[in-house]
Amino acid sequence: MADFLIAVAGFVLAMVALGLVRVLRGPASADRMMAAQLLGTGGIAALLLLAAATDMPALVDVALALALLDAFASVAFVMGGSRSEVREPDATEPHEHGA
Amino acid sequence: MTMAMALDSGLAVVVLAVAGWTIAARGTFAAVVGFVSYGLLLTLVWVRLEAVDVALTEAAIGSGLTGALLIGAAARLRAGEASPVEGPGVVLRLEIAVLSATVAVALAIAVLLLPDPAPTLAPAAAENATATGLGNPVTNVLIAFRAMDTLLEKVVLALALVGVWSLAPDRVWGGYPGPRHRSDPHGVLAFFARLLPPLGIVVGIYILWAGADHPGGAFQGGTILAAMWLLVMMAGLTDAPPVSRRWLRLVLIVGPVVFLVVGLGGLWLGDAFLAYPAAHAKPLILTIEFAMTLTIAATLGLLLAGPPERKLS
Amino acid sequence: MVRDVFTIVMVAAGAFFFLAGTVGLLRFPDTLTRLHALTKADNLGLGLVVLGLLLRVQGPLGALKLVAVWLLVQLAGATVSQLIAGAARRGEPSA
Repeated sequence: MADFLIAVAGFVLAMVALGLVRVLRGPASADRMMAAQLLGTGGIAALLLLAAATDMPALVDVALALALLDAFASVAFVMGGSRSEVREPDATEPHEHGA
Repeated sequence: MTMAMALDSGLAVVVLAVAGWTIAARGTFAAVVGFVSYGLLLTLVWVRLEAVDVALTEAAIGSGLTGALLIGAAARLRAGEASPVEGPGVVLRLEIAVLSATVAVALAIAVLLLPDPAPTLAPAAAENATATGLGNPVTNVLIAFRAMDTLLEKVVLALALVGVWSLAPDRVWGGYPGPRHRSDPHGVLAFFARLLPPLGIVVGIYILWAGADHPGGAFQGGTILAAMWLLVMMAGLTDAPPVSRRWLRLVLIVGPVVFLVVGLGGLWLGDAFLAYPAAHAKPLILTIEFAMTLTIAATLGLLLAGPPERKLS
Repeated sequence: MVRDVFTIVMVAAGAFFFLAGTVGLLRFPDTLTRLHALTKADNLGLGLVVLGLLLRVQGPLGALKLVAVWLLVQLAGATVSQLIAGAARRGEPSA
């Protein structure tokens, strides 16, 4: 059972690596923004599997932290990767810069 | 080859590949994405090395917060990058490559030639693990055995923040950090920034609390709190506080001050600076950790918010 | 015994959805469709893995944490997909 879980964790990792090939190649920056999302989900899955396989429940805490920080990083990517501020379909007035 | 070894080898290959891609990537944004990916993969490496506290810190700071910091920097640079990037010339690149390779080789030699058994204080730390009543040996080292380091680290954080603030032009000194972010109050981002932070705060405090006996601690908990605060600021639901506010500055120093007070108390009531009287060790340590979490959260949040850009009206 | 079989089946199914998501990511023609494939891994892949591992944890707190991780990933995935799709639709140039 532990071996099986570790094998699945390795498989998920391989899938993530393959997916990375695509998102890192782009070409649009939106493609690259998906990298954090993909890695986050795959990493979390691998962590949960390893937590059960190696009997380290603390890894679930790492997965929890990773989920939060990954969400934050993805939002930062989207806001920083766009040339303008994030605008929803009906945006409010533009922000001010202290020039 | 066992399953675990196969996993580790695969992980090593992917980490190296991503690192190589990050160096070769064109464009700052792509490189930052690669860097964050590298950080996330390193988290798994730390886990495989059974350093779960380090893995937590890597996930939180190494990829999450540092990634956001670099993205902000890349976005600011892009505004001035109208012309094709004037990168370093070939000669400079060669010199950098030679220097990096030298450092890598020196490190490899140092690691491979370590005396066996390697000199280490780990057994001594493990022996005295019950001295403070905490179950997590890493927290023991950070707060009890090497408390001076941790105290000074917090001071360094405060100095870094002062350094960032000093980048502000004179006329906006003491004003609001960073641009005012705005987004549609009915949009997806605002919804997210209303829903996630309460959960994040619970998780952050949980990780701080769990740091006593399991992997976790003040630094990781504080980073999660900072990330939630930054999310709320990025969605425009609240503005960053002006850096001249008294309460803000108090929060920024409460961590090191409490640490210092307890340390001096140890000098007076106990044996030495930062010695904890045995009966009260755990409550004192928890007090220090709680204060430090507040400081770390505020400091990291303000570090990412940037220098003041808008005048205090 | 039944517990082990359940775990294996669920985790394998979750891994299959990770595979499907990755294949979609590599083969779909443009950003928005790739985004769609990516989020399948979030929901179904991770969800099935969590389901499979739920029977192996000790105590309600462990189970609660697993489910909380999955819900957080769902929430984050849905939001970030919307934001990325918005950025893609605006036609952001490559960087």
